Amino acid sequence: MGLFFISPWLIGFLLFTLGPIIFSFYLSFTDYQVIAAPKWIGIENYRELIKSDPLFWKSLYNTLYYVAFRIPTGILTALSLAILLNRKLKGVTIFRSLFYFPSLISGVVLSVIWLWILAPEFGLLNMVLSFFKLKGPLWLTDPAWAKLAFVIMALWSVGPQMIIFLAGLQDIPEQLYESAHIDGTNWWQDIRYITLPLLTPSIFYNIVVLVIGAFQVFTQAFIMTNGGPVDSTLFYVLYLYNNGFRYFKMGYASSMAWILFIIIFCLTLIQFRFSSWVHYER
Amino acid sequence: MNNRKITIVNNLIWYIIICVLVFIFVFPLLWIFSTALKTRDQLFVYPPVLIPKPVAWDNFKKAINAIPFLLYLKNTLIIVVFSLLGDIISSSFVAYGFSRIDWPGRDILFLVLLGTMMIPYQVTLIPLFIVYRMIGWVNTFFPLTVPSFFATAAFHVFLLRQFYHTIPKDLSDAAYIDGCSDLRIWWKIILPLAKPALVTVGIFNFINHWNDFLGPLIYLQEDKKYTLAIGLYAFRNEFGTDWNLMMAAAILMVIPLVALFLSAQKVFVSGITLTGLKG
Repeated sequence: MGLFFISPWLIGFLLFTLGPIIFSFYLSFTDYQVIAAPKWIGIENYRELIKSDPLFWKSLYNTLYYVAFRIPTGILTALSLAILLNRKLKGVTIFRSLFYFPSLISGVVLSVIWLWILAPEFGLLNMVLSFFKLKGPLWLTDPAWAKLAFVIMALWSVGPQMIIFLAGLQDIPEQLYESAHIDGTNWWQDIRYITLPLLTPSIFYNIVVLVIGAFQVFTQAFIMTNGGPVDSTLFYVLYLYNNGFRYFKMGYASSMAWILFIIIFCLTLIQFRFSSWVHYER
Repeated sequence: MNNRKITIVNNLIWYIIICVLVFIFVFPLLWIFSTALKTRDQLFVYPPVLIPKPVAWDNFKKAINAIPFLLYLKNTLIIVVFSLLGDIISSSFVAYGFSRIDWPGRDILFLVLLGTMMIPYQVTLIPLFIVYRMIGWVNTFFPLTVPSFFATAAFHVFLLRQFYHTIPKDLSDAAYIDGCSDLRIWWKIILPLAKPALVTVGIFNFINHWNDFLGPLIYLQEDKKYTLAIGLYAFRNEFGTDWNLMMAAAILMVIPLVALFLSAQKVFVSGITLTGLKG
């Protein structure tokens, strides 16, 4: 009876997940350019990627750069907002909603909106900066700033992480703060010695999820910069897409997918391995 | 008395900080809206104006006419409705098998299901494309809807399973005594009780497919089949400097999300999605 109920998933798993995974693994050892049948070439794709494809390394570097800025800024913003919004004051639910809403906008709409916000001369961001007598960079058209523009843009979609932090904060018993206040702690000590330690499971969860997501950054770069200027926003998945669906090097792209899989898998394992800083109750 | 004063001052500072931050978060949206209502020559003025004069309401009309908007809307809705239907039926069905009945191997297979969430979609993207191409599904809506009928949204199965666990076992036992089959219990008892969870799953499915870009980009090649997301992308490539029209088109795509958000705020902010994380 159990199998009867899960049979849709089981069939779907075989057809849409396990089958394609095996096929993809096979393809990654072939030269397959769609027109002719796949040709077995052993580890040639992997060798070429690692040994003689500067764009592979460039895209990996760009992605790591993005991840390195994306995670701390994302966590810090979400955490600060959640702490601010974890109060029982009038209107707080409306504020939470307002901070959450932008994260529902994604994909093309988000990209198009931010193209306009980040426009060098008449974009909102640089106009605001010039209001404070600051000259903003050219953002998406400046190789030095383009990746950071994506990091800033991602902060607008902080909602999901913020909600997870809020849920974590609401689980912290009020008495802990009360007894700490009897000992005369200030707000920073409250955060440092009560909030942060008890919030480590949420922080850990958010980091793991953000890392996985940040490694797969694609749509924004595809629409807004298409990898430019001078490949400064050629992120890993964008390069993978180009190989697979622009140059039709499907075998090569499959190898890239497997390397990505292995990177994400190892990074996640490492995070779990070094998670002794996470403080679980009980 | 003094303490109360401190609290009031504290709260006041809090409100000021929050309001500034809310302003930073919401202002881009206002700015986009303002842009959508400007005539072309108002776009490039310094200092900028927030309230356009004259207000160019017909930008929305122009944006709708610049692309086959209604056709793209229809295509998008077809995909959204079918994948929503498939997702809700199959996920809730499969979740029943993973929670309401005991059978050997259940928990191992559930771990496999959770494991599939870890696999980056890029790994299956290319083989699936090749297979769909072979069976002639490219340039149809099938690759974007059919998988939903096979509980491929593992996270949704997970959510529903967690929810089913909170429904007392006694309900099923009583139904068994009355000679109810599992199929009937699922349909008549569990589904009505799981409504809030089903709504959550439905909303997330809607948003995902409404915003989806890569799927339609790869599978829909003929412009008669495009979704709104692809239409907006094509719009940008064609009218890249008509920022007012582009923002108008973007706003038209955001409106359903706003409506959904306003009618189901609780789903997003109360964190129903999180109940699963802790169990």
